[in-house]
Amino acid sequence: MALIRKLTAAFAMLSIFFTGSLVQAIEYNMTEGVTEISQSAYDIHMLVIYVCTVIGILTFGAMFYSMWAHRRSAHPTPATFSHSTLVEIIWTTIPIIILIALAIPASITLIDMEDTSDADMTILVTGSQWKWHYKYLDGEQKDIEFFSALTTPREQFEEYNGPGATKNENYLLEVDNSLVIPVNKKVRFLFTSDDVIHSWWISDFALKQDAVPGFINDGWTNVPVTGTFRGQCTELCGKDHGFMPIVVEVKSEADFSNWVAEKKGEIAAAQAAAAAAAAKSWTMEDLMAKGKEVYEVRCAACHKSDGTGIPPVFPSLVGSPIAIGPIADHVNIVVHGKAGSAMQAFGAQLTDAEIAAVVTYERNAWGNDKGDLVQPGDIAASKN
Amino acid sequence: MSAAIDSHDHDDHEHHGAPKGIKRWIYSTNHKDIGTMYLIFSFLMFLIGGLFALIVRAELFSPGLQFVQPELFNQFTTMHGLIMVFGAVMPATVGLANWMIPLMIGAPDMALPRMNNMSFWILPFAFTLLLSSFFLPGGAPNFGWTFYAPLSTTYGPPSTDFFILGVHLLGISSIMGAINVIVTVMNLRAPGMTYMKMPLFVWTWFITAFLLVMVMPILAGVVTMMLTDRHFGTAFFTAAGGGDPVLFQHVFWFFGHPEVYIMILPAFGIASTIIPTFSRKKLFGYSSMVYATASIALLSFVVWAHHMFTTGMPVFAELFFMYATVIISVPTGVKVFNWIATMWKGSITYETPMLYALAFVVLFTIGGFSGLMLAMAPVDMQYHDTYFVVAHFHYVLFPGAIFGSIAAVYYWMPKWCGRMYNEKLAAVQFWLSMIFVNLTFFPMHFSGLAGMPRRIPDYSLQFADFNMLSSIGAFGLGLTQLLFIYVLYDCYKRGKPVDAQVWDGAEGLEWTVPSPAPHHTFTVPPVIK
Repeated sequence: MALIRKLTAAFAMLSIFFTGSLVQAIEYNMTEGVTEISQSAYDIHMLVIYVCTVIGILTFGAMFYSMWAHRRSAHPTPATFSHSTLVEIIWTTIPIIILIALAIPASITLIDMEDTSDADMTILVTGSQWKWHYKYLDGEQKDIEFFSALTTPREQFEEYNGPGATKNENYLLEVDNSLVIPVNKKVRFLFTSDDVIHSWWISDFALKQDAVPGFINDGWTNVPVTGTFRGQCTELCGKDHGFMPIVVEVKSEADFSNWVAEKKGEIAAAQAAAAAAAAKSWTMEDLMAKGKEVYEVRCAACHKSDGTGIPPVFPSLVGSPIAIGPIADHVNIVVHGKAGSAMQAFGAQLTDAEIAAVVTYERNAWGNDKGDLVQPGDIAASKN
Repeated sequence: MSAAIDSHDHDDHEHHGAPKGIKRWIYSTNHKDIGTMYLIFSFLMFLIGGLFALIVRAELFSPGLQFVQPELFNQFTTMHGLIMVFGAVMPATVGLANWMIPLMIGAPDMALPRMNNMSFWILPFAFTLLLSSFFLPGGAPNFGWTFYAPLSTTYGPPSTDFFILGVHLLGISSIMGAINVIVTVMNLRAPGMTYMKMPLFVWTWFITAFLLVMVMPILAGVVTMMLTDRHFGTAFFTAAGGGDPVLFQHVFWFFGHPEVYIMILPAFGIASTIIPTFSRKKLFGYSSMVYATASIALLSFVVWAHHMFTTGMPVFAELFFMYATVIISVPTGVKVFNWIATMWKGSITYETPMLYALAFVVLFTIGGFSGLMLAMAPVDMQYHDTYFVVAHFHYVLFPGAIFGSIAAVYYWMPKWCGRMYNEKLAAVQFWLSMIFVNLTFFPMHFSGLAGMPRRIPDYSLQFADFNMLSSIGAFGLGLTQLLFIYVLYDCYKRGKPVDAQVWDGAEGLEWTVPSPAPHHTFTVPPVIK
């Protein structure tokens, strides 16, 4: 393997030489990643590439030689042989030996990859259209949970009417809340989904597992370095499949503890704020402002900023029977979702005040003019 | 022999030839006419599927969303896949089978001519149904050509039901076509043509037909399960009702993996026909070629879950599917080595069919190499659902199955229409295809390895260069196929008339009938010594 790494390094140097004018060397090969597993995956990858390269040179070499040497002008009289049991046996046996040689390291790595025993901590990863939810299941970090969604603003990727805003460095690979894990700990992940199948992938860890609704898959990593690692959903999961990145921050043990304390404080503060917001009586103006804000982040991906949606899968809210019908039905569908459709249950994702605001907004925006005012207290009532 | 008694009928046929007008095509039970219709239809589908691919490539030309909304993008990727697999590649090889199998085994027609008519005429209706879904509320199917549940069941657009019905129709058509090939090959071979004397194209299609008969019902099963899940309260693919979304993938890929061999085996047969002709030397290792094809077909039934290494299978299952998959490269390697041994010490010339066949051997082998890489389960965790996979299967499908079919068209076109195509223009068409196919698909290896997931309408900035190259290549490749239309039209209208023996090195019964092949051939079977 050492030879392989040297060859690869030489190849990489060469490519940097050729692309020297660029700010950054172009990524063209699989990452070696940062974990032992990702390193073995990379080594097997390179091993198979070199084996294939040698086979390719020999096979195509023979073919090209024959194409040149046995062209009609140089070789007018064809030979008449058409069978040889010996060579058939040779070129059946040699590939079998090569394959066995390749299968051995691959099997060892695969068995390592699938061994999730003796983990130091466990995190539940839940995919939903089109964000990730992380929940820490044990240790001091137990019960910390949050959603993680794309933060790249729409004006950077929507270019239907001419060039968009300048793209961030981590365009489409940046989120509001990164998953945080400690360095040098075996972290076990459980994967599941709320709706369709998603797939959680960080190439630097060589960890990719499908998040299947109703089932739990597992995987693990043990990252020896601190840093920020990015990935994406890799199973087609609907409209915004290309817009649900994954960001993992690996922190030193001390930093991780600080983060846990800070996060717990944040969650407590948020709960207090939510309780205060829920207790207070909101004015129409405040509800509409707050509602618009929540709507743009949570609802606009499907129902569109102007409420017209993408019918029939994502219904229009303009004059819809829900948005101008009884308030209770409207609150109910936002809190509990609609079974058998893409409409999620937002009861656990949003605070009572946020739900009250967004329902108020939907009932009074885009020409919907119910004039209804929904207060956080109404939501709490509906949840019970 | 009853030839004497039947001679009046035969003479009658020779006399009236093909019926005139549109009825000739609608009521046709003639294998040549039906073959022609299959080929024209598949080419039309190839252009439509290609157009969808170009829309996708236009969107992916640079980062950002410029042309289509993500939901429409998903519809185009889905329909591109469905149209190319079921509309272009499969009917093209069925067309070739219809034209050539009776001519190659000395049969007067396919064994079940009326069924042959029906299996073709189902297709235009099936694809009208499928394509009309673009105009339904909610648009066309948008869940990828692999239509994984529950994205295609609970979350599928209303047009999913059109899709299900369309797939049922395609399945019926394919099964009827396959039965026809099996019955024809088993019953209508000329006296003296034993199985081990059949041309290799007939062998590979015979094996393909068995694959079709075995797996198309499974596809029909899985879409029926979708249908009942969607409308009749079953829960095959819903955990809440006791089902399992991963069950869908097992059933789908039990169809889907043999399906990839259904698409490529006929192309193996074509390469095995063309390479000996232009090497002026018999195919090397005929019997090992037959056994290799049969082994590939058998193994294709036990490798399906290599598409599913990330779904959370137990590690022993993953090991099994990894081993079973790598084993397939042994018979596949045997085929490649045999083709090269056929050329060895031959007397080779490079007419366009040969150019395509050689490009097929080289580029298909590259697709085979990336296939071997993908078979390595621990590394597949990195490759899975990235552009590396897209590069892999396009290498075995475009320069594999499609180059094979184009090679066959150039090879047999003079026999079909009695005229020779323009060799210079055809060579230009080949070289442009060769350059652009690699420009399109080779950079996808790099974008995939660098980490770009497949089926995304927009991507982060580090993938921009390779995507731009792929898009440029794709437009070149698309335009080159317009030249293909011109070459064929020019051949049909203005080509120089040819003799029965079009290629001096060609062997086989199809070269014993005049060019163009008369409407009825082998009304009296030839005798093979």
